[in-house]
Amino acid sequence: MRARNDVEAMRSLSLVFTNLRRHKLRASIGVAGIAFGVAAMLTILAIVNGAIGMFEHILVTDSEYLVFEKNVSDLFFSSVRDEDVVAVKTRPEVAAAHAMLFGIVSSPGYPVITCFGIAADDPRLEKAEWRAGRREDFGARSGEIFLGERAAEFLHAKPGETIAIGPTTFRVGGIFKAANGFEDGGVFLPLVEAQAYFHRPGVASVVAVKLRDRSEGAAFKRAVEAEHPTLVALEDREFSQSYNSFRILRATSWAVGVCAFLLGGLGVANTMLMSVFGRIRELAVLRVCGFSERQLGALILGEAVAIAAAGLVLGTALGAAVLALLPHVPQLQGYVQAQVHPGVALGIVGMALLTAVAGAIYPARFASRIQPVEALRYE
Amino acid sequence: MSEPYGILVSARRVSKSYDGGRVPVLRDVSLAVRAGEMLALWGASGSGKSTLLHLLGGLDIPDTGELSVAGFDPRRERDRLELRRRQVGFVFQLHNLIPDLTIAENLSVPALAVNCGAAATRARVREVAEQLGIAHRLGHRVQDLSGGERQRTAIGRALMNSPRIVLADEPTGSLDERTGETVFALLRTLVEQDGITLILATHERRFAEACHRWVHVRDGRLTET
Repeated sequence: MRARNDVEAMRSLSLVFTNLRRHKLRASIGVAGIAFGVAAMLTILAIVNGAIGMFEHILVTDSEYLVFEKNVSDLFFSSVRDEDVVAVKTRPEVAAAHAMLFGIVSSPGYPVITCFGIAADDPRLEKAEWRAGRREDFGARSGEIFLGERAAEFLHAKPGETIAIGPTTFRVGGIFKAANGFEDGGVFLPLVEAQAYFHRPGVASVVAVKLRDRSEGAAFKRAVEAEHPTLVALEDREFSQSYNSFRILRATSWAVGVCAFLLGGLGVANTMLMSVFGRIRELAVLRVCGFSERQLGALILGEAVAIAAAGLVLGTALGAAVLALLPHVPQLQGYVQAQVHPGVALGIVGMALLTAVAGAIYPARFASRIQPVEALRYE
Repeated sequence: MSEPYGILVSARRVSKSYDGGRVPVLRDVSLAVRAGEMLALWGASGSGKSTLLHLLGGLDIPDTGELSVAGFDPRRERDRLELRRRQVGFVFQLHNLIPDLTIAENLSVPALAVNCGAAATRARVREVAEQLGIAHRLGHRVQDLSGGERQRTAIGRALMNSPRIVLADEPTGSLDERTGETVFALLRTLVEQDGITLILATHERRFAEACHRWVHVRDGRLTET
């Protein structure tokens, strides 16, 4: 009996598209609400995931473990002393270790530019595509700064020219294309010069470590923490999951996305309520013609799901268009490299459907309880 | 409740009131209608005709009394649904068609409720439309039709699932005299040719007298004539 009712309910759902076609404006408003929610969530999460991904990439270039100061709220505040860097580097299980100092610098018109203090043997210099200058020039002369290609573009800097970075003037020693957006929009100084510039002599922010044998990771981690009580060693994935700034970014982006969806959900609820109140007589006629309460409820929910599906398609297209445009916005300095993980995409689909269904529950319940006799008198 | 042979609709001492019993609409009404009969409920507005039709068609439930319609008990929810789906077709004074839908789409609504199947629905829509003389209007929208055509469509919708009984509530009430007579003649044809049982609520005596039998409804009571 229940199965037969379900089949009947399915057949009556063919009215869903007829109704949406009849009320195009109303349906369009609902679709727009969901579409903006989807686009907002997709854009925000893709940007944040992209940013996190880029930052992770900076940290883990050719490495498996990160060593940094314990209990710091952000890696910018981490201090790993030179002697600790050397101690880590010379451990028997370590194949290579590269210290890196992060800082924020400014240039006229660009108040926030990431500055990387790295050693001349850092693998990212080797992997970069050099547009001007040579890798071997890095650190060869003092007073030289090296630019990511994107940074060179927005700073309008050419090799050999001088540029103002904060209160100091540097000569552009080279320009290279980095695969990572942060690096490509950043500036690079030899580690020692960066330490001097940021008034942090003898310290680095992190040490990226490559092991001879990855299976020795646990032992390495224990040894670092035992011999250097102020430091912590985390595997790449472990770092990504536990790093406070990433967690805050992820949580914030989901919260903003959910808020966007809540607004979309209110839009759907309003659309469906208007739809039901505007069709009370019509819904009563359906009851007179043999529609069950279940069929009427399914009809309204079906309309909401169809609106959500259309909103998903439109919102995805809109979000994709925004994400495609953002890297070309000069003000963003190439920092936006969106990443859409399958889990995020699934989450957005789920949120859109959930929002639409939640917004339609009350209207559907109201519609299913319409009493034909009273409703037929309704003007 | 067992009925004498041939009785399709019966009501025994049925009462109905609104507003918590303060507004009595039907008082101890008893009625029996045979299969294939054309019965008129004649009376002024507010006399209780429509309420009786609503009770017989499973749109409302009585306060007291017994009802049997085509072997179903309209006091039970499941029976009411079955009545509305397959046993009873309604025609209202205002056609109550769904605006913006075509005539074909309006006619197919009852078939959607019972999962008739797309091909069978199309065939039945064509059959009903030809019977009622509106086949040439199937692709038109409700707002493009005349009053008579709209009422024919409403009658067609009532006939879609081949009900045994048609309950018509002032079907000519909003039509001009000539169109009203055409619609009434159409209803009469359905009874005579298809054996449908028709219960017609009307305030026009000429239509009541043209039925097989009519009862006078006044202040919620029936008087057989």
